[in-house]
Order: sequence, then C-alpha cells, then structure tokens
Amino acid sequence: MAFFEFKNVKIAGIAAGVPANITLNNEQVIQSEDYDANAFVETTGVRQRRVSETLTTSDLCFAAADKLISDLEWDKSEIEMLVFVSQTADYILPATACILQERLGLSKECYAEDIALGCSGWVYGLSNVVSLLSTGSIKKALLFAGDAKKRAKEILNPLFGHAGTVTALEYIEGEKGFQFHFGTDGSGYDSIIILDGGSRNQVSPQSFELENFEGKQIHRLQTRMKGMDVFAFGISVPPKSIKKLAEHYGFDYLDADYFIFHQANMKMNEKIRTKLKLEADKVPYSMPNFGNTSSASIPLTIVSELKGKIENKPAKFICCGFGVGLSWGTVAFETDNLVISDLVELNLY
Amino acid sequence: MEIEKFIDLLAEQFEETDRSLLTPETKFKDLEEWSSLLALSVIALADEEYDVALKGDDIRNATTIEDLFNTIKNKI
Repeated sequence: MAFFEFKNVKIAGIAAGVPANITLNNEQVIQSEDYDANAFVETTGVRQRRVSETLTTSDLCFAAADKLISDLEWDKSEIEMLVFVSQTADYILPATACILQERLGLSKECYAEDIALGCSGWVYGLSNVVSLLSTGSIKKALLFAGDAKKRAKEILNPLFGHAGTVTALEYIEGEKGFQFHFGTDGSGYDSIIILDGGSRNQVSPQSFELENFEGKQIHRLQTRMKGMDVFAFGISVPPKSIKKLAEHYGFDYLDADYFIFHQANMKMNEKIRTKLKLEADKVPYSMPNFGNTSSASIPLTIVSELKGKIENKPAKFICCGFGVGLSWGTVAFETDNLVISDLVELNLY
Repeated sequence: MEIEKFIDLLAEQFEETDRSLLTPETKFKDLEEWSSLLALSVIALADEEYDVALKGDDIRNATTIEDLFNTIKNKI
C-alpha cells in the first residue's frame, strides 16, 4: 500500500504563470457535432482559459519561479533541488529541469529531474521533493508542474488551458510535514493517450493525417480522451483515496479547511465533492477561468482562488490529483505564513 | 431494481425530453437531446443510485433503455 509520511518539510510559497491571452469558450471555439457551447460550458464549467501558441510550459514555470524567489527573498545559491513535472517538456531530450537550472541561475550543486505525469503529477512530484528534503541534506527545493504548448500544432480541446506553476519547499525541523496516498491503474493507459511520437509508434507523415475520433477530426499527435471512461474513474477513485488516507493516518478528513482537487471538469468535481459531503466554500475551483490545466491545476487553484485568504493563518489542506495513467495521488498538509505570489500573466517572449 | 424507477431517474437527466417519450424500448441514442455530455450524467446516475461503475463501452454497446437497465442490473 503506497502510503508515505515525511516530516520536517513545509511549503514556503506557490506561484503560477499563465498566458495573458484569454480564449472564451463560445460558439466560435466549441465546434462539435454532438453538443453546443452552452451545454459544454454547463457540463465542464470551463468558461474561458489561457492558451498561447508560443509559450512553453517551462517559459510559464520560469516566470512563476522568478517572481516567487523574489517574493520569498530566497538566495538562489541555497536552492539545490529542482523537479519539473510535465507532459510537454521543451525537448524529447534533455530533461527540461536541466535547462531550468541554468536559466534560473541555480547552483551546479543541484539535483534536477523531469517527471512525466499529468493530472496526478503535482502530488507525485511533491512526494519526490519532500522525501529527499526530509533527510535534511539540502534545505530548499523547487517543484515545477504544468502543461502548455504541445509537440505538434493542434486545435486545443476547449476543456484544457495552459499553466506553469512553482511550489517552493524548505526543510524546517519540527514541521508536521506531509501524508500521502498513491495509486495506479495501467489497464486504463489508453483512456487518455497521444498515440504517435514516442518510440512505440514513431512520428511519421501519417501521424499528421486527420482521423475521426469521437466526432472530432484529430491527428495522431493530439491527445485522445475516452471521456466516459475517465469520468467513471474520476467520480470513483478520488473519494476512495481521500478516505483511505484519512483512515490510514487516523484523522477525520472533514477537519480540513480546503480540499483542492485536480480541475478535471465541473460535473466530475462536483460529484466528488458531494460524495465526500464537503461544503462548497471548502472546495475552490479555478477551472471556470483557466480550464483543466493538468498537473498545474492544484497549485494554480491555490494561487487564483486562495490568495489573500490564507497567508496569515494556519490552514489544513487535502489535495488530490487524478487522471492520465491512470494515476492518482492524495496529500494532506498544513500551511502557515504561506507566500502566494500574484498570478504572473505572460505575453509573448 | 425496477425498470420504471430507473426510467424516472433517467428522465431527470434530460431537460427537454419528456418522461412519456422514455420506454424500455426507446433507443436512447436516437433522442434529440442525447449527447456524450448526457452520457456522463448516466454514468453518475449509475454510480449514485446503484453504486455501479459503468464504462464507456457499456454505454456504447447499449441500444435501448432496457439494455442500459440490464447492464446496470448485472453489475450490482
């Protein structure tokens, strides 16, 4: 059973970068044989989102980190670990984390790696950073998470938006730390998939030919999602994972102040909320304004919805990421004196 | 599990389709209001009312409301 607890680490701050350009989900954007724009917005909750054809995930993450390091007044030479969680890396190789180490001007005495996960990725990346920090060998680390511009041009599914986030973590003795639960079900590996461009199906001229998939014309480098299967997974697994975590560590999950879920779609998230019997004001949503932002969705929701509300008091969080893989992770932690940077909105470089 | 009760619950998922149009023989995918978004409501209904996890293929392979009812019934 994948339960973990790590002490002596806390979140110091969170920041998020998004493209300044706002795309509205109106009749021009929602073109489906199956439903109209109003029905789409009502079901998914996504009214608008941020999309850029030029900014990469690492561009958004870099801008967020630049702002957060300055807000925290951290000395860059003290940051000795950097983890980049994304499914839209700058290059197939090298790891984007290496590029960010240099771009941010961090020390060469720096642990850096990429993690290729989506909706569950922030929680996975967090466990990775927290576990190593809890040894006390290094004191400060940055966790990047997000998704943006893809490897091939496409008309982005109107459910999704672009965002890059950074979470700053530090080793402090006596901190209560983090409790995690993780799970994986690879039998659903093709529920959300990009078929071509990896080594299983190499990229070829045929990769760009349009095919009909569930009523839409898409090519083989675009994400294919079996919406009904993902929905069935999403309404069942996250509530169970939260209950398992609470049971394993012997706390009442209803005592948490905030529940931040991966922003999948409103219908799914509201179902999860009512199954767990959570009050609406404990469950903030960023998806109406930013869409589903993959691994950025949990930290982006904290930045966009909780800034100005939680910085000067202790707050108990339960966060759950779930999706592509299929993969899921739940974490419980507390914040105090959390630094939340203003949302960083980027124009073209 | 009764089919008339199931159809009552199913009818609540539709906004413009009258309950009287829904019978066990109705080919639900031919209804004007049916869409992939409404399919999500049916999956939620099965989860909430019957604690049954429907897959996408369960919806795809069902033609009539009775097919859907039997699929759920067999999973209880």
